[in-house]
Amino acid sequence: MGKWTRRAFISAGVIAGGGLIVGVAIRPGKRTAELSKHVAGDGETLLHTWLKLDTNNVVTAIIPHAEMGQGAGTALAQMLADELDADWDLVKFEEAPALGGFANYPMGEAILLAGAEFPNFVLPTVEGALIRTAQALDLQITGGSLSVRTTGAYGMRVAGAAVKEMLKAAAAAAWKVPIDQISAKDSQLFHEASGRIQPFSFFAEAAGQMTPPVSPTLKAVDEFKIMGRHVERHDLPSKVDGTALFALDVRLPDMLYATVNRAPTFGGGIANIDEARTRTIEGVIDVVKLPSVEVSSMFGGFTYAESVAVVAKGYWSAKQGMDALSIEWRNTANDGISSDTIFAQFDQDISSAFEREADVVRGDVATAMVNADKVIEADYRVPFLAHTCMEPLNATAMVTNGHCEVWVGCQSPLSFRRSVADALGFDIENVTLHNCFMGGGFGRKSRPDYAIQAAQLAASLGRPVQLIWTREEDVRQDFYRPAVQSRFRAALSSNGDITAWENTYVDKHEPYEAPLIPYSIGAQDIGHVRSPTHIPFGAWRSVSHSQQGFFTESFIDEVAVAAGQDPYQYRVERLQHLPRELAVLKKAAKEAQWHIPLAAGRGRGISLQSSFGSVVAEVVEVTVNNGNLSVDRVVAVIDAGFAISPDGMRAQIESGIIYGLSAAVHGEITIKNGAVAESNFHDYPSVRMSEAPLIETHIINSGEPMGGAGEPGTPPIASALTNAIYNATGERIRQLPIKNAGFNV
Amino acid sequence: MTAITVNGIERKLQVDPATPLLWVLREQLELTGTKFGCGMAQCGACTVHVNGAAIRSCVTPLAAVAGQQITTIEGLAPSADKPHPLQKAWIDEQVPQCGYCQSGQLMSAAALLATNASPSDGDINDAMSGNICRCGMYGRIRKAIKSAAGVQQFDPALAALAKEINHG
Ligand code: FES
Ligand code: FES
Repeated sequence: MGKWTRRAFISAGVIAGGGLIVGVAIRPGKRTAELSKHVAGDGETLLHTWLKLDTNNVVTAIIPHAEMGQGAGTALAQMLADELDADWDLVKFEEAPALGGFANYPMGEAILLAGAEFPNFVLPTVEGALIRTAQALDLQITGGSLSVRTTGAYGMRVAGAAVKEMLKAAAAAAWKVPIDQISAKDSQLFHEASGRIQPFSFFAEAAGQMTPPVSPTLKAVDEFKIMGRHVERHDLPSKVDGTALFALDVRLPDMLYATVNRAPTFGGGIANIDEARTRTIEGVIDVVKLPSVEVSSMFGGFTYAESVAVVAKGYWSAKQGMDALSIEWRNTANDGISSDTIFAQFDQDISSAFEREADVVRGDVATAMVNADKVIEADYRVPFLAHTCMEPLNATAMVTNGHCEVWVGCQSPLSFRRSVADALGFDIENVTLHNCFMGGGFGRKSRPDYAIQAAQLAASLGRPVQLIWTREEDVRQDFYRPAVQSRFRAALSSNGDITAWENTYVDKHEPYEAPLIPYSIGAQDIGHVRSPTHIPFGAWRSVSHSQQGFFTESFIDEVAVAAGQDPYQYRVERLQHLPRELAVLKKAAKEAQWHIPLAAGRGRGISLQSSFGSVVAEVVEVTVNNGNLSVDRVVAVIDAGFAISPDGMRAQIESGIIYGLSAAVHGEITIKNGAVAESNFHDYPSVRMSEAPLIETHIINSGEPMGGAGEPGTPPIASALTNAIYNATGERIRQLPIKNAGFNV
Repeated sequence: MTAITVNGIERKLQVDPATPLLWVLREQLELTGTKFGCGMAQCGACTVHVNGAAIRSCVTPLAAVAGQQITTIEGLAPSADKPHPLQKAWIDEQVPQCGYCQSGQLMSAAALLATNASPSDGDINDAMSGNICRCGMYGRIRKAIKSAAGVQQFDPALAALAKEINHG
């Protein structure tokens, strides 16, 4: 094995059988050989943690992100392949197994826990790439729109470029020519003067003898061949013929099926269970009480309350068994809590401004308010929301001889693996996690409760168990986008200029900048008060941006209207210092033909929100007829720096818009008696085909650092829509969902 | 014992006839392409064809389809090397995101095209609004249906049968 030094995380060596291996080693030992065992098959060579090459010259990118549907694998493979100068037809990808080596778990953990700082000069190097990737990834998490802009930008591209340099060096040595006379193209190496040509795979073994470059040269944008090009997603053929393997599709010999129920009131537990009727149901094998589990992580712990499972020969029997179970839940201190009491609490806490903490204070808001010609005030509210991934939560587990195997679709395979190990009291080495395609994730599948339950059941039954949550359980035992109230005041001068912006909302969540505004307003005071509830918090597509984008972009619209000015122009005048935002907003207005008036009963609204490194503006057109609302068209513009996979980016924006639209129009989780009242798609609806607008997405490649695409489409949609409804009807909607404002959708 | 024909093969099943077809397909027959999404005919993830018509298998007891012809996503393509025109259109338009809803979407769309060779937007809304896509790929689904409609080859006998069932 190559020697590990503090300065070189890449090591190279020859493994048994003559294959070559180059991989990331962050401590001495056989890490790469270990990894190779897990990912490299016969005749395949692991050239880097993220790249393997087989004897047929096929390159496989090994992707440390889970596929929720965002097409991350394809975009990441494009980045790696382009830097490598590979032939795209000879590139495949697969998801990395949940092993520390792929996410640099020990290194990442050390960095995050110790808060270690790395000197700047390290960052543009291979080492720096790994450090930044590990930092940003939270080890192997898919979320925060991170895949392309971190793993891709700092990992995949660097890996491709490094391996290309090693292959070139190997060819130069073999052909005894200077390395700068070697060129790479379409997975082949050339020496033009002598006409020599060989496939990459020919030099794979020799490349391993080369010292890996510390800082390989990356391509400039005008040298990109595969990045920025439309390529078909690799995973789609299996998604049109039923063969894509979701966790729900795992079939093991002797497998049982189960479903679970947890106390509907959060914080509750089981007082008594009468299982007599359940036991009489054909096919029922067992009723199992699953103990509560405390999951600790470096991001804060959480206790999953106890639950009861019915295990049967088939899901249907398990479900009937569950329906027949009579469970008496324990009373809790939260039994009297409802959405009304929660919003009353928010209102009181905002009014009292107790221990209010500022996010931004600039200028003198108080004086501006006193001197204002007009002061505008408004309160906004959004309800709790569930994720309702298309695939209800499920996991399959098998425990044999002290080893647990889990099949699950999740956004964070490493932390799931660790949580399962902790819950069973196993060493982490004794848990193998197979991450399957996810039928949606949206943030929910970063919480491991369902995988733990499946593992507990498999351990207790001694047989493989597939646990399938009912949709009702999925809706009622989520980690919810929090309900938020946000209060605004704005000072207007006599000429309509906004001189002060004051905003207080409840409970701060990530990302920090979500409630900040891009507009040049001299006096600003934006802050929050704490107002905790007992409803479990979850990251929901775009996290705080989805609520804050609704609040701030609605209120600036109100201000423009109060100033008697066009809401688009009003924004433009206050964005002169931010050319990137300005360009996106202007393009959205242009593509949507903002200047052309609409017929009576129709309306247009605009909104702008930057999130996860991308700037997005959306213009919505609606028709409102006797209270019937039709969302006709959405024009979206995104500047994510550079679109690696333009069609994939458009699909992400379309997806983010529909997800946000479902929430804006229909989405409402109501709390009654401390529990969630909704249960399934009939009372927690989603936008359907008949309601879906025409969406046009335009991409600006500004060359700024890359931003995400999976989340930034969501934040602007609610306010663009309510601004359009105002434009059409004169009615300002300050509380979501819109269906509660008396519109039929 | 209940007999059904699934993708052209007769299957005899020793299962409680009240069991929804969805679970029989997924568990006894290991045809896992048909998905579970809600269990109450709200989402369409479990859509299959019975004698050519789209039904929600999560609320259809096995007994109700005894002796009937059932087609699942695994049997949608006319042959192994020849995809259904909709499957091809789904790739051309890069429709799926997570893909979980897509078996159901394709089965609903195939049932639509079998009786309506050139569906209008209204027809598409009517036929497809029972299928939720949480990834929101409605625009792409609509486009793919329209593009497949142009190349749709359909069997008039099957179409007539499906029409009878749909409207009879
Ligand atoms: S699972 Fe059958 S309609 Fe949803
Ligand atoms: S593609 Fe994910 S739900 Fe439709």
